Amino acid sequence: MTLMLSVSNLSKVYAGKKGDFQALKDINLEIRRGEIFALLGPNGAGKTTLIGIICGLINASSGKITVDGHDNVADYRAARELIGLVPQELTTDAFETVFSAVSFSRGLFGKPRNPAYIEQVLRSLSLWDKRNSKIMTLSGGMKRRLLIAKALSHEPRMLFLDEPTAGVDVELRRDMWNLVRKLRDDGVTVLLTTHYIEEAEEMADRIGVISKGEIILVEDKATLMHKLGKKQLTVYLNEALASIPAALADDALELSADGYTLSYTYDAEQEAEGRRQQRGIGDLLNELNKAGIGYRDVNTKQSSLEEIFVSLVNR
Amino acid sequence: MKALNTNAIRAIYRFEMARTLRTLTQSIVSPVLSTSLYFVVFGAAIGGRIPEVDGIAYGSFIVPGLIMLSLLTQSVANASFGIYFPRFTGTIYEVLSAPVSYLEIVIAYVGAAASKSLILGAIILATAGLFVPLHIDHPLWMLLFLVLTAVTFSLLGFIVGIWADGFEKLNLVPMLIITPLTFLGGSFYSIDMLPPFWQTVTLFNPVVYLVSGFRWSFYGIADVSPALSLGMTLLFLFACIGIVAWIFKTGYRLKP
Ligand SMILES: Nc1ncnc2c1ncn2[C@@H]1O[C@H](COP(=O)(O)OP(=O)(O)OP(=O)(O)O)[C@@H](O)[C@H]1O
Ligand SMILES: [Mg+2]
Repeated sequence: MTLMLSVSNLSKVYAGKKGDFQALKDINLEIRRGEIFALLGPNGAGKTTLIGIICGLINASSGKITVDGHDNVADYRAARELIGLVPQELTTDAFETVFSAVSFSRGLFGKPRNPAYIEQVLRSLSLWDKRNSKIMTLSGGMKRRLLIAKALSHEPRMLFLDEPTAGVDVELRRDMWNLVRKLRDDGVTVLLTTHYIEEAEEMADRIGVISKGEIILVEDKATLMHKLGKKQLTVYLNEALASIPAALADDALELSADGYTLSYTYDAEQEAEGRRQQRGIGDLLNELNKAGIGYRDVNTKQSSLEEIFVSLVNR
Repeated sequence: MKALNTNAIRAIYRFEMARTLRTLTQSIVSPVLSTSLYFVVFGAAIGGRIPEVDGIAYGSFIVPGLIMLSLLTQSVANASFGIYFPRFTGTIYEVLSAPVSYLEIVIAYVGAAASKSLILGAIILATAGLFVPLHIDHPLWMLLFLVLTAVTFSLLGFIVGIWADGFEKLNLVPMLIITPLTFLGGSFYSIDMLPPFWQTVTLFNPVVYLVSGFRWSFYGIADVSPALSLGMTLLFLFACIGIVAWIFKTGYRLKP
C-alpha cells in the first residue's frame, strides 16, 4: 500500500458555551508512504485539531481515518503504534530526567526497553550530554528536541510535527530539517505544520494549505514552485490601445480593460537558463517599439508562494 | 482483542511511584507524623480518661479508624493528583496518543495510587504498634479490606482528578467530603455511643462500613455485620468503576 494516512470526510465541531464552532469541514487528505507533507495554514486554521484527531487526542465529529490501513478508532492500538507526535506546545514534565522521560515514552508505546536505541536518539538530537539533567533545567530549544526524542523513542513509521520550528533558532532549525530528511531516508512518513512558507519550501515533497477548517490546496512542491517560476512583466502605455495588434498577439499577453497596460506572463526560470520557448522581455519591448507603441514604464514582478498562499487563504 | 500493553502499564506505574519517592516527605512522612500526633493526643492524653470501648482500650480501638482515615484521604489525594497534574501541564497528550486502553490507564494510575496508600497503611500500622498494644484476629480479612478500600478510593480520586478543573476543586473533595465522612464514620467512637437519631444518619455514611469491617478484622467487634461492610465496600467500588467507564466512553474532560 502506498498510502500511509487517509483522512476522509472528516469534520469537527467543538461544542462551546457560546455555541458550536466548526473547526474542520469535510477534510479529505491522503499522505503517501515516505513523503514529507507540509500543512500550511494561518492561526486557527485547524492544523492542530486535525493532528489531534488523527492521534487520538480529540474526538472527531464525523469522518474516517486510517493509518497504514488501520482505523484510528476501531483499531487504535495498531494505528497509534505507528505514530509519533511532537505537540505544538512545549508540554513536558519537570522533575524527570531526560533519559527517563524518553524511556517512559518508549514503554508507553508498548516497546521493550532498549537503552542503546534511546542513546542513539538522544545523540542524534544532541541531548546525550543532558541525559541525566532534570527537564526543568533545559532551555526551550532543548525541550523541543526532547519532545522530538520522546516521539521517536518508539520507532514510529509516521511522525507528526506540529510547528516544530516555532521559537527555534536558525541553527537548530537547520538541524531539525536535516533530522527530518534523515527520517524520510529511513522510510518514515512526516507530516509537519508550519506558518513558514520557506520551511514548506525547504522540506516538503508535497504541500497542503488549510484555511478556516478547509483544505484548499494540495500540490506537489515542484508544481507549486513551477507556478512560482512565473514572472509578470507589466508595460504602462502612453496611449490606450483598443486591442492587441495582431503582430504581437500571444496567449501570454493581456491588455487591461482601460487599454493602458499590457501584461506579459513568462517563465523566469527558462529565461534565466536561456532555454526559453517563448519570447523574452527584450523581444517583446523591441516588438512594441517596431509597432510604434510608446510606453512610459515597465515593471516585473514574481509571485511568491507567500502571495499564492495569501491569495488562497483570503479567497 | 490484544493482550494488555504491560510495558505501558509498567511505564506509568513506575513513573507514578518515582514521583512518590521524590516527594517522600509529603507522601509518607507527613501522614505518619499526623497519625502519631493522633495517638499522642487521643490515645495517650485524652484516651487515658476514656474507658474501654467494647472491651478494647481506647488507644487500640482507634487504630483501625486512623489507618482508614489516612488510607482514604491519601488514596483520593494521590490518585486525583496523579491524573490531574498531567492534565494541568498538558503531558497527558502522550498517554492519550499512546496505544494504551482505558483499562490499562486505570490499572496503572489507580494501581500506583493504591500501592502508595497500602504502603502508607502498613507504615501507620507499624507506627501504631509502637504506641499501643495491637492484635489482629483476621489478618486476611484485614488485608482484603485494606486493598479494597485503597483501590476504591483511588478510583474515586481518579474521578476527582478528571472532574477537577482547578487545584481548588482538587482539594475540595478530600477536604469537604472525605475528612468529615471519616471523622463521622466511627473512627474515634463506636456508633452505639451516639444518640439513636444520629446512629440512623450515620448508616448513610459509606465510611462507617469500611471502618467497622476493618475494625472487626482486628478485634472481632463491629458496628455493622462484616458481611454488610464487605457488601457496601464492593457496591462503592463498582459505582466508581461504572463512573470511570463512563468517563472514558465519553472522553469526559479528557478529549474535546
Ligand atoms: N478545545 C477547543 N474548544 C473549542 N474550540 C477550539 C478548541 N481547540 C481549538 N479550537 C478552535 O478551533 C480552531 C482551530 O484551532 P487549531 O488549534 O486546530 O488551529 P491551528 O491551525 O493549529 O492554529 P495555530 O497555527 O495557531 O496553532 C480555532 O478557532 C480554535 O479556537
Ligand atoms: Mg496549532
